[in-house]
Parts: sequence; structure tokens; C-alpha cells
Amino acid sequence: MMPIPILKKEQCLVATIEATISDQELLALRDQLVKEVGEEHSAGVILDVTDLDVLDSFSVRILRDMANAIRLCGANTVIVGIQPDVALTMVQQGLKLEGIHTAMDLEDGLAYFDGRNKTAL
Amino acid sequence: MHSHSKEEIKLPENGSADDSTVLRYRSDNELMAELIDFLRKRRMRLCNIWMRKIARENLMSSMTPDEIKKECAAIYENYLATLETGSIQALEFYAQELSARILPLGVGTQEVIAIVLLLRDVMARSLFSHYGKCPQLMKHVLDIYEPAANRIALTVASGFLNEHERIIGEQRRSILELSTPLLPVRNRLVILPIIGVLDSQRVRKLCEQLLTGIKTHRAKVVVADMTGVAEIDAVAANYLNHTIAAARLIGAEIVLTGMTPEVAEPFILLGTDLSSLTMFEDLQSAIDKADELLGRTVVYADESAHRQEDL
Repeated sequence: MMPIPILKKEQCLVATIEATISDQELLALRDQLVKEVGEEHSAGVILDVTDLDVLDSFSVRILRDMANAIRLCGANTVIVGIQPDVALTMVQQGLKLEGIHTAMDLEDGLAYFDGRNKTAL
Repeated sequence: MHSHSKEEIKLPENGSADDSTVLRYRSDNELMAELIDFLRKRRMRLCNIWMRKIARENLMSSMTPDEIKKECAAIYENYLATLETGSIQALEFYAQELSARILPLGVGTQEVIAIVLLLRDVMARSLFSHYGKCPQLMKHVLDIYEPAANRIALTVASGFLNEHERIIGEQRRSILELSTPLLPVRNRLVILPIIGVLDSQRVRKLCEQLLTGIKTHRAKVVVADMTGVAEIDAVAANYLNHTIAAARLIGAEIVLTGMTPEVAEPFILLGTDLSSLTMFEDLQSAIDKADELLGRTVVYADESAHRQEDL
């Protein structure tokens, strides 16, 4: 099991989820991200799921748990790059990403945190 | 079935059947040949009776008398030719060509079928008054005339229905193709004008095109203008809700505008969570909202000057 690299960009942590990710790897990523947010005092986490061609109920639940835990650490989560057919399948299966911001791509995700910083200042 | 008729079809007495003619006919083919010959000789007379009936029933009112006369003569000829050869191929072709020509004139399919049935009856009455004196021969005549005449009526009717279906199919295809133009207005803002009836099939296509269009235009806000939507069913409304939610997951916001009460009704009946929708009554305020979502403010050069004065 290869650990998923977590990149740091200014105040944000960025992790890219690959299509081949296993449930165990996703759980490990969740733990690792929550831990790093606490250690680094990051403002936010960006999860790039561009590569995923399916988001099932398990992954959605893990992502929601992760976002909630990260919020408890005082940071926000943005999921970027959900593909159109993945999004439609999720909606049709009743899977929701409540309370998690979504953006089109990494650029928009970073812009989201930039905008938040500006309004905070 | 013709005995109660008040319609008079005068035939020359010398043409009437007598017992000797009964014995002369043995095969159906021979009798059919004579019937066709008989109907062809009385072409002018029967055509006139037929056209009077058409005028009385007020059929083909959108065509001029001359056009009706020409069309009647052509139908009469085709009718006889089909009786003669027994092949409906030529008639099928004629019916198809006729339907393509007169349907755009506003002549309904039922009118054309009524006209063909009138001709069938005019001919049957003429045959009846000619052969009616001898019941045996009359029975034989009807035996061979009726199936042929009914086949002709069926052929014409199905020809017209086929043409109808072809037109509908063609229109449906072109509607599907034209239905979802995504119009980029400003950077990351696109407008989606939806026009026509939204049924489940069309909404599926629309949704597909919209979601991929969001990606290709990298749109952050889509203003969906529903002003032109005449009707929407529950399935389509539900699908549209899904599309809006899916667009949000992709990272784009859909702003709805131009909802009429009729269009809003299916959404209400579905129990749609209205707080999850962004709606405006007109396109202008929707675009203003879109600008706000994009973090832009529109400042008009002269207006800002006025505002300065006001202050």
C-alpha cells in the first residue's frame, strides 16, 4: 500500500485521489489528512478526484467523515474535479456531499480559499 | 347497404345486366376487367358525383376547386389502375407523394381517407345500379370489388400515417439537435435558453449536454432561462432537479429564471426542496445574481456619475 502524497500549497493541503485507490488507502488518507491539518494548522484541504470514474456510497461516507473531522480541526474541505457522469450517478443514488464545498478544478479550489482569506482580512 | 340511398345514378338502360351476362362470367379476372372498363367509361360522370359529395361534406376546403378537380382525376386514375393491376406499389408511391404535397396545405389525414371512402361508395353505387337487377351477379361483383377497394383505402390511409410519422420523427430529431445551445455570455457565465416541451427523453439529452458543456466552457454559473418552456412533466422536473444537484457537485451553480406557474407546478408536486434552487423571475435579475456569484459588480459609466451627484 503506497501512501498518497499530500502536497502543501500556502495554507492548503492538496491530495490527489487516483482511480485505483482502495478502501483501505482511502481510510489511511483520511487519517493522515486529519492528522496533518491538526499539525500544520492548515486553512483548508483540497481533494482532487478528477481521476475517479465512480464515487460509491462508501467513498462518499468516508469523504463526509473526513470533511467533518477536518472542520472540527478548524479547516475547510473542497472537493474538486468531480466528472459530470460521476456527479449524475451520485445524485441519482441519493449520495450527497452535505457541507462540503465542490469546485470545478484545482484552480477554483485554491481560489475558494484565497477568496475566504480576503474576506477574513 | 345502398338500398336506402336517395342518390340517383342514372345509367343508360342498354348497359344493364341481364341473365345472359351471368352465364358469361366464370372467372373473377374477367368480371374485374369488365368492372374496370365500366368504371373507366363512366369516369366523367362518377368524378362529378364524387366531387359534388366532396363539396357537400366540405372536405379539402383549403384547396381551390381547380386543385380538387385535378387531384380527384389523379386519384380516380390511380384507383382504377390499382384495381386493374392488383398491385398496390404504384398506389403506395402515389399516396406518399400526395401526402407530402397536401399535408403542408393543411389537409388532414381524415379528410383524405374520407375522400377515398367516398369514391369507393360512389363506385359501389354505380356498380349496384348497373348490376343490381341480378342479385347473383351483384354478389359476385361485390365479392371482387369490396376487398380490392378496401385494400386501396387501407393503403392510402397507411401512406398518410407513415408520412405523418416521418414528419414527427424529423421534427423530434431537429428539436433534439437544436434544443440545448449553451451561450457563453461572460467569462465563466453561460446562458441556457430552454424552449419547447420538456419530456423525459429530451431532458436526459439536455442534462447530458449541459453537464459536459459546463466542463468545456469551464462555467461557474449557468443561467437556465425557462421562459420558452411550454410544458414539463414530473419525470423531467425530477431529472432537472438531479441535473442542478449534479452541476453543483461539478462546481457550477444553476440559476433558474422565467418559470411560469404551469412549469412550476410539477416541481411543487414533486416536493422539490426550493431552498436548494436559485430562482429569479426575469433574465436580468438572474444575470445580476450570476455576476454576484462570480464576484463581479457591474458599474455603468454614466450611472456611477449620477450616483456621485446624488451623494
